[in-house]
Amino acid sequence: MPRPVWKIRKPSLLFPVILALCVLSWSGTTVLASSTTVHEKLEGLAGPFTTGPQVTKACLECHTEASKQVHQTKHWTWSFTNPDTGQELGKKNVINNFCISTVSNTETCASCHVGYGMKDDSFDFSSEENVDCLVCHDTTGTYDKKRLMDGKSLNLKKIAQNVGPTSRETCGTCHFKGGGGKAVKHGDLDPGMVSPDGFVDVHMDADGLNFGCSTCHSTDAHMITGSRYQPLASDHSGIDIPGKTDGTLASCTSCHGDRPMKDEKLNDHTDKIACQTCHIPLFARGDYATKTWWDWSTAGQMDDDGKPFVRLDHNGLEVYNSKKGDFDWQRDVVPTYRWFNGKVDYTLPADTIDPDQIVSINTINGSADDPDSKIWPFKVMRGKQPYDTENRTFAIPHTTGEDGYWKTFDWQEALRKGMAAADIPYSGNYGFVETEMSWPLAHMVAPATEALTCEECHSSDGRMAGIEGVYIPGRDSLDWLDMLGFGLLGLTGAGVGIHGLLRFIFRRKTIAASKGE
Amino acid sequence: MTDNTKNRIYIFKGFERFWHWAQAALIMGMAVTGFEIHGTYALIGFKAAVFWHGTLAWTLIILWIFAIFWHLTTGEWRHYIPTTDKLISVAMFYGYGIFKGEPHPYKPTLLRKHNPLQLLAYLGFKLFMAPLIWVSGILYLYINEWTAWNLGWLDWLGLEIIAPVHVAAAFFLIIFLVGHVYMTTMGHTFFAHIKAMITGWEEHS
Repeated sequence: MPRPVWKIRKPSLLFPVILALCVLSWSGTTVLASSTTVHEKLEGLAGPFTTGPQVTKACLECHTEASKQVHQTKHWTWSFTNPDTGQELGKKNVINNFCISTVSNTETCASCHVGYGMKDDSFDFSSEENVDCLVCHDTTGTYDKKRLMDGKSLNLKKIAQNVGPTSRETCGTCHFKGGGGKAVKHGDLDPGMVSPDGFVDVHMDADGLNFGCSTCHSTDAHMITGSRYQPLASDHSGIDIPGKTDGTLASCTSCHGDRPMKDEKLNDHTDKIACQTCHIPLFARGDYATKTWWDWSTAGQMDDDGKPFVRLDHNGLEVYNSKKGDFDWQRDVVPTYRWFNGKVDYTLPADTIDPDQIVSINTINGSADDPDSKIWPFKVMRGKQPYDTENRTFAIPHTTGEDGYWKTFDWQEALRKGMAAADIPYSGNYGFVETEMSWPLAHMVAPATEALTCEECHSSDGRMAGIEGVYIPGRDSLDWLDMLGFGLLGLTGAGVGIHGLLRFIFRRKTIAASKGE
Repeated sequence: MTDNTKNRIYIFKGFERFWHWAQAALIMGMAVTGFEIHGTYALIGFKAAVFWHGTLAWTLIILWIFAIFWHLTTGEWRHYIPTTDKLISVAMFYGYGIFKGEPHPYKPTLLRKHNPLQLLAYLGFKLFMAPLIWVSGILYLYINEWTAWNLGWLDWLGLEIIAPVHVAAAFFLIIFLVGHVYMTTMGHTFFAHIKAMITGWEEHS
């Protein structure tokens, strides 16, 4: 076994770094920050600050366009119109099979909104001072949006004076805890990625390449590339060259091109198989399990004292919560593979569903014949969630707050309030429907030594078992051809066997004949 | 070259014997690795099977280039001109006469080293099985290059057709191999033919 590359890197870096430090200290030069501004020196940031918007105002003194830029992003609007499908998406509009919907629960959900004070749909989306600069640009690690929302004290002056580029930590504040807890939602993002090792993520390896999120999710005017609503499933533009291509780095191809491997036969796979398929061999590869099943239908059970309760498994993971129902958690999970061309159709709250089927909350499009399709790995989140049995739509529960399901345990009221907030008719009859939601995997890229081996797919019961429209050697064969071929081979064998046996039986004659000759 | 004192002829030249045995080993290696790629069994692993199947294929292609050159330049290709002369009697011998201890109706000569039935089988190998397996194999290996090779019009075939054609050709070859190996035991002694293929000298009984 060759030694993994990321292990070799540490000692090899050590010497030049020490040498560089020695030279620098000897020559008396100082290492300058890469930024041209030291924010501590700015009078405008001297404070005192008691609220977030006060800090933002100070930021805007210099960064005059920053809020206007943020206003254009999904991070702010929570809304996105897919130009291909025309669907109104974004957090405001879609539902999922975790906490279901933000609609009537905005105040709680907005702990991950890049603004201050979003409580309901009366929020002023044109307010510049309500943009939360610090949640993304804090470098001290002390910014805590929840404390701020709760009116607790924070050293805002120190945080403001130390702002800097985004980091794995700031992005991770929300994205590593999507779905309401560590690693819950995505399966390929967890809090361990604040400082991952090379095994978990070969690019973000804190002791190696040390990529930040924005190394790949390149940004321009606060717009961040790499959309989940409209992903680029096949990047045909190759290695991104300034001026020649779109300049975004949010695909493997952006840096690696489309034939990056030494083995040309492996490179032949890249026209049909996303890099992720082999190089993200499992999801939830880090230290955290991800949620794979959420059954809302069992919520509301009470303990002997009539109180809501929580049940943990032997790993300390919540497997039942009276507020939420049953959960399954998994680590090192084999993904589900599908053809994917980047087009995703969402089942939106007002859409009609067929409750006799497992309802796809987001339908992944693509096929073998489509040149924009590749085989991608997905985390498929499954569960049961409420729906309107008469109108045949999803039913959105109001869960948070004093009048939400998590306090009242009254489905009927929770659904009435949720549906009213969503402005969708509710018949008053609800049931629970099984749903699935597909999450394309693109993170926790493993080192090459961990990539899938050939047999994982080139075998009859391998990972590609469910993939149609393509002939995979080792998986596929024409049964009749194999039967015919091996049948004829067997007959030939039997034929020569019988012929040989007859020769053996008649050997005396043969000997006699040859003697007589 | 004939050696009348020992009643034998030098029938298989040095290159010919090398070609034959090298080809035999390569084809058997390709069959073993090929059917592993096909998913029939797991022996050395898919990746190793692909590597060796390709490596042996290129080796065999080079060997064939030499063999074709040799056949053309030495005139040995004439041995493969088909004939019906004695065809029936040879077939009758294998089906019947051999059990009665009759002598083989055909004696190889320097101009005709193969009996007419054998010749037809080898001609079938060279004109049908070999082209089928090479063409399908090259198309299989370079499936991603079709467009670059101006073979985009073949796209309708796809691996769905090419792979089974290649597998079918492989079945022909291994069936041929079984028959061929058995036939070698039907010389005047059990190992006479194999000995001739090793030493080059065909002994007459």
